[in-house]
Amino acid sequence: MIHQYKLGGYNIVLDVCSGSVHVVDDIAYDLIAAYEDPSAVEKIAAAYPDVPVEEIQECYDQITELKEAGQLFAPDTFEPMAGALKQRTSGVVKALCLHVAHTCNLNCSYCFASQGKYHGERAVMSFEVGKRALDFLIENSGTRRNLEVDFFGGEPLMNFDVVKQLVAYARSVEKEKGKNFRFTLTTNGVLVDDDVIDFCNREMSNVVLSLDGRKEVHDRFRVDYAGNGSWEKIVPKFQKLVEARGGQNYYMRGTFTHANPDFLEDIKTMLDLGFTELSMEPVVCAPEDPSALTDEDLPIVLKQYEDLAELMRQRRREGRPFTFYHYMLDLSGGPCIYKRISGCGSGTEYMAVTPWGDLYPCHQFVGEEKFKLGDIWNGVDNTQVQDEFASCNVYARPDCKDCWARLYCSGGCAANAYHATGSVKGVYKYGCELFKKRMECAIMLAVSEEDDGTEEDL
Amino acid sequence: MKHIKTITTRNLCESAKNGGCGECQTSCQSACKTSCGIANQKCENKNK
Repeated sequence: MIHQYKLGGYNIVLDVCSGSVHVVDDIAYDLIAAYEDPSAVEKIAAAYPDVPVEEIQECYDQITELKEAGQLFAPDTFEPMAGALKQRTSGVVKALCLHVAHTCNLNCSYCFASQGKYHGERAVMSFEVGKRALDFLIENSGTRRNLEVDFFGGEPLMNFDVVKQLVAYARSVEKEKGKNFRFTLTTNGVLVDDDVIDFCNREMSNVVLSLDGRKEVHDRFRVDYAGNGSWEKIVPKFQKLVEARGGQNYYMRGTFTHANPDFLEDIKTMLDLGFTELSMEPVVCAPEDPSALTDEDLPIVLKQYEDLAELMRQRRREGRPFTFYHYMLDLSGGPCIYKRISGCGSGTEYMAVTPWGDLYPCHQFVGEEKFKLGDIWNGVDNTQVQDEFASCNVYARPDCKDCWARLYCSGGCAANAYHATGSVKGVYKYGCELFKKRMECAIMLAVSEEDDGTEEDL
Repeated sequence: MKHIKTITTRNLCESAKNGGCGECQTSCQSACKTSCGIANQKCENKNK
């Protein structure tokens, strides 16, 4: 299977199963599209009357060579491997999302976690529960050395003392247990101070900072309980934190909604504020929610992704590069095929822990009682739900069968699928449209970067 | 005349041979938190 598209001045042909990417001229582009037609050469020759037919034949032969080398029209032979990675690592947990605070000091109506409460009671995690969660992770991580723990909420800094104690505990045992903890923290910034900055820069391998971009966009949703916007308060704190981190190992993460489908303006605001490691995510909410993205928003959003790619290319050429999480595509050093077909690992190698020590497949399922997997004292006892997540792979989703992007998203997010279709093996089609555009842009940027570094032109 | 330029990529079919160590980062942990992107993960396999 191949995918062809034109973007950024390039004709790009992606060979889906081999992962090969080809940049081609117009003749090759049309000839590849017509390749399986027995009279392809004649048809393309008729379409290009000024080009000698020998040249068209030569191009056809080049395509055949690539096919024989397994770089074009490679067959999908991966289905038998689906599930193999999960089977091989069965029972191994390598990452936890610790919900240290089911409460928040902001009251954002678009919050997928219902203002941090996850449709339940306000609560904070005790040190004892958090410590047991870390022990559970160590006990169930097998031979895996690097363990990932994200301090999440609600707002995790509302339980900062416990965060500090948990990190200290993990550091005190990691060596003897042969483990290396990689901590991360996701915060709205309200409680960031010098103590938080020092601690994060010492202990957090990454921090995720929530900022939606333009002040009016941010303050529309991200307000305190008195209704006051938080932009003025948090931006200087984030700037201080990022500067103290040397401008690295963070994401400035925004959410865009029906109110700002033109989110590129928000990315530009982030850049103007001095931030360069950026992530901008479509809102996750029920379709009837006023902030939900609509069909009318879709073309606007898709255009933003293209314009964003163009802005990134331009700034890279000017020596002022910036990063966009979804465009970080490493064509030569990316994941192997096992990872690409096995999905994100939610419910198997990755779980979320509530303040009470309950286990859920991921942070987005917390509060959905039927998805509760078990708890950190007794482990997973809801094997029916865990088996469902374990069998979630790209081949388990019939909708993905003919999609060119399936080895880039692995079938997509189980939570998005569940909320859109009622099944974790469904497909959130709106999200697919955004994802496919992002991959087209990311591949174009990778092509452009390689192209800028070489003399060879088509 | 050259009509096709092939970009350097990891051969996915070949990656089946030494892949599947499971050492790579959990997908959306500590980044987007709301969507599944696999392709932008880094491979952490030391034996590839």
